[in-house]
Amino acid sequence: MSDEPLLRVKNLTKYYGSRLGCADVNFELYPGEVLAIVGESGSGKTTLLNTLSANLEPSSGEALYRMRDESWRNIYELSEAERRFLTRTDWGFVHQNPADGLRMTVSAGANVGERLMAVGDRHYGKIRDTALDWLGRVEIAADRIDDQPRSFSGGMRQRLQIARNLVTGPRLVFMDEPTGGLDVSVQARLLDLLRQLVGELGLSAIVVTHDLAVARLLSHRMMVMKGGHVIEAGLTDRVLDDPREPYTQLLVSSILQV
Amino acid sequence: MTALSVRNLAKTFTMHLRGGISLPVVENVTFDINAGECVVLGGPSGAGKSSILKMVYGNYGVDSGEVLIAHDGKMVDLASADPRTVLTLRRDAIGYVSQFLRTVPRVSALDVVAEPLVVRGTDKDEAQQKAGEMLSRLNLPERLWSLPPATFSGGEQQRVNIARGFITHHPVLLLDEPTASLDAANRAVVVGMIAQKKREGVAMLGIFHDEEVRAEVADRIVDVTGFAPKVAA
Repeated sequence: MSDEPLLRVKNLTKYYGSRLGCADVNFELYPGEVLAIVGESGSGKTTLLNTLSANLEPSSGEALYRMRDESWRNIYELSEAERRFLTRTDWGFVHQNPADGLRMTVSAGANVGERLMAVGDRHYGKIRDTALDWLGRVEIAADRIDDQPRSFSGGMRQRLQIARNLVTGPRLVFMDEPTGGLDVSVQARLLDLLRQLVGELGLSAIVVTHDLAVARLLSHRMMVMKGGHVIEAGLTDRVLDDPREPYTQLLVSSILQV
Repeated sequence: MTALSVRNLAKTFTMHLRGGISLPVVENVTFDINAGECVVLGGPSGAGKSSILKMVYGNYGVDSGEVLIAHDGKMVDLASADPRTVLTLRRDAIGYVSQFLRTVPRVSALDVVAEPLVVRGTDKDEAQQKAGEMLSRLNLPERLWSLPPATFSGGEQQRVNIARGFITHHPVLLLDEPTASLDAANRAVVVGMIAQKKREGVAMLGIFHDEEVRAEVADRIVDVTGFAPKVAA
């Protein structure tokens, strides 16, 4: 792991009017590190993710990102064009519902190719080859390249969304309940795939999940949120094996054993 | 040379879901382990042997005390280290053979065993070859190597786990009952593997309930009952 962080978050706070979304969040994320944010519905974890990924403006605080040219920039002070470049190339965002991250009425190949064109790729044959390669990596058969994701199963759509996000070689990927609405068997396959890709590509990732098994399998570190605040944070297996806060103990003890 | 030095560790669990009661587990846990030495934690069930092992690996936080591990020519305190430092120590300095295999769906036994080498930068073919050697030594039938271990028997899973834990060269190795579900022949293989690690200078801290195995591998037994908390909470 590199010795310089990729992201430094300082006192990040988001209010919706007078209602608190998340408050005083501080952390650093290093290259190759996967951070899980866990908590129940309404704990502020999705607000935090959307703020970190620049989809929401914070009420106060900052998020400093180390750009590819090594300069540190507060993502909320970037120009619209700079921010768009970041979100289309250096970052990925995997939504819980693939329909939010895909274009459902264009082909699978075009869904992957579109992100490449956004970074200036113009050679059709090359784009198609890269798209095919990525469909293979997420285990979608090559003969589905011209089909629209509308005709795909939920698990396939999610894998296509992942391919679309990773094709530009992002350094940081945000994931919002990536295995959310999927069957258990499909979840396992997706988790294994994510784990493998994150490891191979050395990605940094911030994963929001309410599923502690997902956090255990994917993340190095985790933060537990409740009522908009981070109440406990640390190494993933420390938080899960030796939870300190009453709420974290409740979360861990509520897992059903099979 | 001291490879692992445990100083005055204390641990109390606070059970918030049980009205906040305190369960003191251990206090003043202090011992050193030299390179090439195998120290076994002794004492009855519930005395805190597993808790000590988990504190040394960082799965459990500590209330006080230090876990000093030799790394890059100095002693680093794992108990107070930040998560990144703990991960670095686990990569380079301290390994853990757990009692149960946490299986990952779809990953073959061979890849489960090879993974610790692959993430440390070993070439995949070389790592798989070494994994195969470990599994052969532990008598795991070759027809099982390409299958995910989720459906294996307890003894087969444990051998996959041992192979995975022993494949790397961590200077400190923690062993949590690695022989619990093995037959006599495979127990003997594991005893041989522990002896080999000693010759390679690895410091080991283990829990072994099997008395025969314990007698064969232990250079010293640290009686955990000596660390029982003096004051009831």
